[in-house]
Amino acid sequence: MSADDIWILGIHMTKFGKHTDLDLIDLASEAALGALADGGVTMAQMGVLAAGNLMQASAGIGQQLQKQIGQTGIPAYNVANACATGATALRTAIMAVKAGECDMGLAVGVEKLSGAGLLTGGSRRPDSDTWQPSGRYGSVASIDGRIGTDIMPGVFAQIGMEYGHKYGGTSFELFARISEKNHAHSTLNPLAAYSKRFTLEEIMGDIMIAYPNTRPMCSANCDGAAAAVVVSDAALQKLSREQRRRALKVSASVLTSDPYTEGCQVLPDVNTLTRNAAAIAYEQAGIGPSDLDLVELHDCFATAELVHYDNLGLCEPGGAVDLFNSGATWRDGAMPVNVSGGLESKGHPIAATGIANIWEVATHLRGEAGDRQIEGAKVGLAHVIGLGSACGVHILEKASV
Amino acid sequence: MTNQIPLVDYLVLGDEPHLVANECTACGARYFDRRNACASCGGSAFAKAAIQTTGVVKAFTIVSFAAPGVPVPFVAAYVDCGGTSVRGNVVNVEPNDTAVTLGMAVRLTTSVMGTDEAGTEAVSFGFEPITPTAGEAAA
Repeated sequence: MSADDIWILGIHMTKFGKHTDLDLIDLASEAALGALADGGVTMAQMGVLAAGNLMQASAGIGQQLQKQIGQTGIPAYNVANACATGATALRTAIMAVKAGECDMGLAVGVEKLSGAGLLTGGSRRPDSDTWQPSGRYGSVASIDGRIGTDIMPGVFAQIGMEYGHKYGGTSFELFARISEKNHAHSTLNPLAAYSKRFTLEEIMGDIMIAYPNTRPMCSANCDGAAAAVVVSDAALQKLSREQRRRALKVSASVLTSDPYTEGCQVLPDVNTLTRNAAAIAYEQAGIGPSDLDLVELHDCFATAELVHYDNLGLCEPGGAVDLFNSGATWRDGAMPVNVSGGLESKGHPIAATGIANIWEVATHLRGEAGDRQIEGAKVGLAHVIGLGSACGVHILEKASV
Repeated sequence: MTNQIPLVDYLVLGDEPHLVANECTACGARYFDRRNACASCGGSAFAKAAIQTTGVVKAFTIVSFAAPGVPVPFVAAYVDCGGTSVRGNVVNVEPNDTAVTLGMAVRLTTSVMGTDEAGTEAVSFGFEPITPTAGEAAA
C-alpha cells in the first residue's frame, strides 16, 4: 500500500432484469444507498458524485439522484461514454480522489433498457423521393444493410470472425460454446437477469440474429444499476477495522480510446485500445495476467469474448481458441472468465455494466460470493468496452490496510 | 441514357466502377468519408486514391435481424482490397456459411437500388465471389 492508493469502500448492484415498478432514479438510488451502506458511510461524507447513464445522457441523472438521496452541493459529473459509461463514472470519482479534491467519492451507473430492441441499426430512414447526396459519405439513402451493417450483433460478429480469419480455429460451434459457458455460470448468480442453463444445441438452434451470433449469444437488454464508494488511503486509515477489512485496493484504473489503425473506419477496432488499456493496467498494478484469479470481461456478444481473451493477455497472441478449448475460462478452470454469467445472461444495462462487473470481482475478493465464490480469490480484473470507442480496465486486489 | 447517381460519393460509376478514398498526402491513411484532418497524423491535405476492385473477405456476418425495410438475410463483410479495408455486402451468393467463407476472393460489382421521381437511378455496390459458385458452374 502507499499514500496514493485508492480503495473501494462500498459497492452494490441491483438485481438486473425487468423493473417495471422502479424508474431510473429509483434504481440509481437503490444502488447508491446500497453502496453507501455497504461502506458504512453517508452521502454527507461524499466529496464528488459521478453519475453514468447513456440513454438519457442529457437528463442530469446525477442531480436527479441527489434530490432523492442527498443534495449536499458537491460537484456532480454526468457521464456518458457508450458501454464504458459505468467504468468512466467510477474512474471520474477515482480521479477526483486521487487529485486530492476530496477524500471520498460516489460513482453510479444506471440504465433502463428492458424491451429495447437493436440499439443501433434498429430503424432505417425511408428513401427520399429525390436522390440527394448528404452527410460525410455523400450518400443518397441510408447505407445500413446496403453497405454492410450497423447492428451491434453484426459488428461484433465480424470482430470475432476477423480473429478467426487471422488465426484460424473459430467456428459457429466454438462461439456458441462460449455462450454455453456464460449461461452455465449464470445459474449461480441470483442477480442475473437470466439464470437458465442452455445446451449447445439450444444455443445454436435459437433465433439467428447475425451469424454466428444467435439470440442467447447476445447481451440481454435489461434494467439495473450499480454504484461504488471510493476512498483515499489516508481517509481509509481513519475508518473502523471492519471497514478497512472489507475495503479493496484499486490497483489499476485505466481508460483508453481507440487509436487510429488501418480499417478502423470500416470495422471498429476494439482490440488495440483494449490491449493498450490492459498493458497500462498491468503496469500500474505491478502484476501480470497470470496473477489474476478471475476476470469479468465485456462479452456483449459471444464473438467478443474470444478476442478479449487475447486482448487482455490471458493467452499468447493468437491463442484465444486454445485457451477456451482448454477449459481454462470456465469457473473451475485456471482463468475463470465471467463467472457472473457475463452480459449474455447477467444482462447489460449499459451504464450499470462497468460498475456491476467491479462489484462481481469485489464480492469474490471479499469472499462473499456465496455459491459461485472463486475460492481464495485475491486479484481480479474488470473490463468494459464501448463502441466508438472507449475501454475501461480496473484491477482490484485484496490487500491489507 | 438513364441518369445515375452513386449511393455514396466514394463510388465512381462509369465503364469501370471503383471506389475512391481520400488519402492523406502526409501519411497515406485512407478514408471513405470527408475528414477535417487525418485521424492518423493530423495532416489536412487529402488526394483521391482509387481502390483496387478485388479483395479478400477478412470478416463477415449474415444478418438475419435488422431494421424494418432492410431485406434479410444479407451478408455484411469487411474486405481487404489490396491493403485498404472496405465495408460492403457480399452479393450474388447464397447467404450461408458454406457459400461465404473467410478468405474468399471477391470483386466489386454494382447494381441499381432504385429510381427516384426524376427517373434517376441510384447505384449501390457490393462484392461478389470471383470463383463461380457451384450452382452457376452447373448452369
